[in-house]
Amino acid sequence: MTNIDKTTPMEKLTVGGNIYQAGNAKEFKTGDWRSIRPVWIEEKCKQCGLCFPVCPDNAIPVCKETLGRTDYNYDYCKGCGVCAKVCPFGAIVMKEEGAKE
Amino acid sequence: MSIRERLSGNEAVATAMKQINPDVVAAFPITPSTEIPQYFSTFVANGSVDTEFVAVESEHSAMSACIGAESAGSRAMTATSANGLSLMWEMIYIASSLRLPIVLNLVNRAVSGPLNIHCDHSDAMGVRDSGWIMLFSENNQEAYDNNLMAHKIAENENVQLPVMICQDGFITSHSIENIELEEDSEVKKFVGEYKPEHYLLNKKEPIAVGPLDLQAYLFEHKAQQGEAMKAAKQVILDVSKEFENWTGRSYSFFEKYKLDDAEIAIVCMNSTAGTTKSVVDELRNNGIKAGLLKIRVYRPFPSEEVAKALSNLKAIAVLDRSDSLNAMGGALFEDVVSSMYVEKINVPTVNYVYGIGGRDTTENDIKSVYEDLQEIVKTEKIDNPYRYLGLRKEAK
Repeated sequence: MTNIDKTTPMEKLTVGGNIYQAGNAKEFKTGDWRSIRPVWIEEKCKQCGLCFPVCPDNAIPVCKETLGRTDYNYDYCKGCGVCAKVCPFGAIVMKEEGAKE
Repeated sequence: MSIRERLSGNEAVATAMKQINPDVVAAFPITPSTEIPQYFSTFVANGSVDTEFVAVESEHSAMSACIGAESAGSRAMTATSANGLSLMWEMIYIASSLRLPIVLNLVNRAVSGPLNIHCDHSDAMGVRDSGWIMLFSENNQEAYDNNLMAHKIAENENVQLPVMICQDGFITSHSIENIELEEDSEVKKFVGEYKPEHYLLNKKEPIAVGPLDLQAYLFEHKAQQGEAMKAAKQVILDVSKEFENWTGRSYSFFEKYKLDDAEIAIVCMNSTAGTTKSVVDELRNNGIKAGLLKIRVYRPFPSEEVAKALSNLKAIAVLDRSDSLNAMGGALFEDVVSSMYVEKINVPTVNYVYGIGGRDTTENDIKSVYEDLQEIVKTEKIDNPYRYLGLRKEAK
């Protein structure tokens, strides 16, 4: 499957565009859809664990050992702002994409 | 050995579905196709099939459930008419583009409005470019036979397209005629089991169906559908031959009725062909060389074959039971004249829009068309190629 790209002729594409492989959404980076970005303020974060389950994608990585979140994976964050909304501690703020710090 | 019976068109289809015993039937009632899921649900209740019958809340859901079922790897069927098909429209395209061999029985009825529940082909013509194989049936026998052949055509690895089987609402669906049925076990053997190569319920191979398909891919996938539609032509002929070897009933892309030596001919589909045959017989008795070309396979359209079959005529009338409302003639007319133009065959051809909203088309109507054709042959002139048959107009 991974050998299909924009140069693949029609005869070599799968029927109906089916993908015979699991977990391939990872290969499609959607971060550039974003117009606002969440910014994580680590000092304010209590690692309460409310933000990452509500992320509709997988843009908030969680450390396997500590079970704490780490900084955003902006390749997949579309800037929906749900994580900022659920954060009880003001540790996530939404900033306009491309705006000066 | 065939079984002699007498059934309505809807009963014939329900009987075929019982014998096919699909994994899933999802349907919503709409006149005049209601009886198909109605009869079928009694087969489910009686335990004569082991189909999962899904009584959905709309036709959009009916087609969606069929899409889900086929993607999962099972065989799915449904039936509808007119506005029911209109409500399915979004999913009709998705079924064909996901290459799911669903079989749908369309009992042809006028698409409203104003409100009408009777026969014309406006429902079928609305989806003629949706990538479904479309088979038309003159009577209950052909509707039954087309159902027995449909899955073998649809599921062929070179095709993988859904099939729509059309019959005329009320005229065919509700009139009881003689029919030859095949034995259950023979049908089962002929239809065979559905074993798709890839399917959602295969735990050994997780797959994604219907992914995002943007500028870099959709064009190629549409062209693949087009190629499958071309490939379907040979598959339809092969399956029809196999069917003929089994039942003795012969099918092709179309039926030529006294056409080979004819000078004038009508091209039409579904029940009107029956009326036309009777008129052709009468005209032949009077020494008039009349013929008929009855289209069975409308999609894929057998353009080369149609053009060749009509090439020796002196005048042709194409009958459309749906008005394309485009100021240039009905859909079947366009397909026939385009086919002939491309093959560089020039025969004077006229179009008649007829039978709209269940308007009766009698032998006298058909006779008047052949009279018009004789006039065209004599005068070598066509005043107006786009005509109506059986329309009330102010007397001049």
